[in-house]
Formats: sequence, C-alpha cells, structure tokens
Amino acid sequence: MKELSLNILDIAENSVRANATLIKIAIAEDSETLRVTVADDGCGMTPEILENVTNPFCTTRTTRKVGLGIPLLKLQAEQTGGSVTIVSRHEGTFPDTHGTETAALFYKNHIDMTPLGDIIATVVTLIQCNPHLDFLFTHMTVNGEVRLDTRELREILGDVPLNTVDVIMWIKENLTEQYAELKQ
Amino acid sequence: MTVKELSEIKGFSVVALPDPDREIGGAYCCDLLSWVMGRAKADDAWITIMTNSNIIAVASLADTASVILCEGVELDSEVKALAEAKGVNVLGTEMPIYETAAAISNLI
Repeated sequence: MKELSLNILDIAENSVRANATLIKIAIAEDSETLRVTVADDGCGMTPEILENVTNPFCTTRTTRKVGLGIPLLKLQAEQTGGSVTIVSRHEGTFPDTHGTETAALFYKNHIDMTPLGDIIATVVTLIQCNPHLDFLFTHMTVNGEVRLDTRELREILGDVPLNTVDVIMWIKENLTEQYAELKQ
Repeated sequence: MTVKELSEIKGFSVVALPDPDREIGGAYCCDLLSWVMGRAKADDAWITIMTNSNIIAVASLADTASVILCEGVELDSEVKALAEAKGVNVLGTEMPIYETAAAISNLI
C-alpha cells in the first residue's frame, strides 16, 4: 500500500472482525527501525489458519477467495530487510487469554521503505467506525511519545459515544497537537 | 489478441499459460500491488517487475488476462506452480516496462 497507515488500518480491521474489545496499536521508532504492533483480545486464530495467514489465497472472507492484508504487510516489511511475526491464541484453546498480535519490523532508511502516511486519519477512522471498541494508540519516537487511550476518554465522557462529532474532532486535534509538540 | 498469440511474438516467452485463449483487452503498468488491485481492469495485460506470490493473488483478484514480467525477471518454481494452479497466465520479456507497454499497444 502507498502508506503504512493504510496497512495498519487493514490489520486493525482484522481485529474488529475477530470481535476484539480492545485493540492496541503501537508504533516504536528509533533512528533505524520502525516497528508496528497491532495486538487485540479477539477470538484468535487456530494454528492451521495461523500457518496459512501469509498465503494470499487464504482469507476468512466469504465474499472472495483472496486476502492480501497480511501478505502485503509482509512484502512491504521484507522489502526493507524487515519481517512480520504473528502470535495468536485461539479462544478454543485459550478461553481467558485469547487474541492476536501482529508485529512488523521495517528498516526505515531502506530505499523501498513505505512512508507511514496519515496515521492520525487511521486512528480517527478506526474510532469513528468502531465507537463501541477501545483503542490504545502509542507512537514512540526518539523525540518523545504520542498516546491516546479511549478508555481514559470514556471515563471522562461517561455516556457520550466516542463517535460524536465533537469527540472525533477533539481526538483529531489532540493527536495533531501531540505530533506538533514532538517536532519542536 | 489472445495471451497465447502474444506469447508467440518475438521478445515474449511463456512462464505459465493455463488459460491460453484469454483475450487481451488493454494493458496496465504498476508495481505497487495494492494500487493494481484497485485500478487494473479485467482483461488487461498487467506489466510489472514484481515476482512474489502476491502477484498471482492480485492478478486473480483484478481478473487480468495475463501478468507480463519485464526486464527478464524470473518466477520461483513455487510461484510458477501457483500461477498454473490458480489459472493465472504469466508471460516474460527482456524488455523494460515502457517498451513492453508500447509493443503491446501496437499489437492489440
């Protein structure tokens, strides 16, 4: 994909479809690498599905027989010399600790590195489309950290849904401000 | 022009040809797979230098007539077998992308 943030959106949508209640999106950067981790408490995958998940002809969708979310992420990570690792615990075997963690490592100085793109739009879109779910977004950089936890917002907001226009606008502005502070 | 007819033209070779009589309706050039998924049209000859197994999935999804691999890049035997199994035509050429597209434009 043209922007990593679109890959992140795609992987987080897998968590939504896995009936997760909390999705943690973490980006950690140093001077050479960028690591993206999407961790959820969804239903998880059986070892058979997990084994096949980088195969583009393996998909949980019933509308078509091709699924490219994970294969494309893997391709983009490997193009930079990095890799993708997925750990998953299926609810059948792990009734209390089920979930999936997808981690992608990129060497960001590689010429074929995909730009991160508009990560704020990705986070905002995920919250807006899934107001009943919780998201923890963290982005660690050498200049500091950006952080947004919808569980904390929910405590303050009470019964006000997260996808209320004013709340969404506030989240967008808050993330923009946090990124602006990092640049200073 | 069918994919088989194109494969017989000088400069083109067969990599996998499970659906030889597929008619080529146009051509599309791009190496960013997610972009190709949304933009290549059915029956296009998709001209690329990418060789991983995802290209077979993208060609299948976009329903292109054939993948055309340029600059002499080669497929692993596994990817070749996948193309055969999924009914995805793949031709090869030593020409760069622009020359390949120009040649196909003259032929169809």
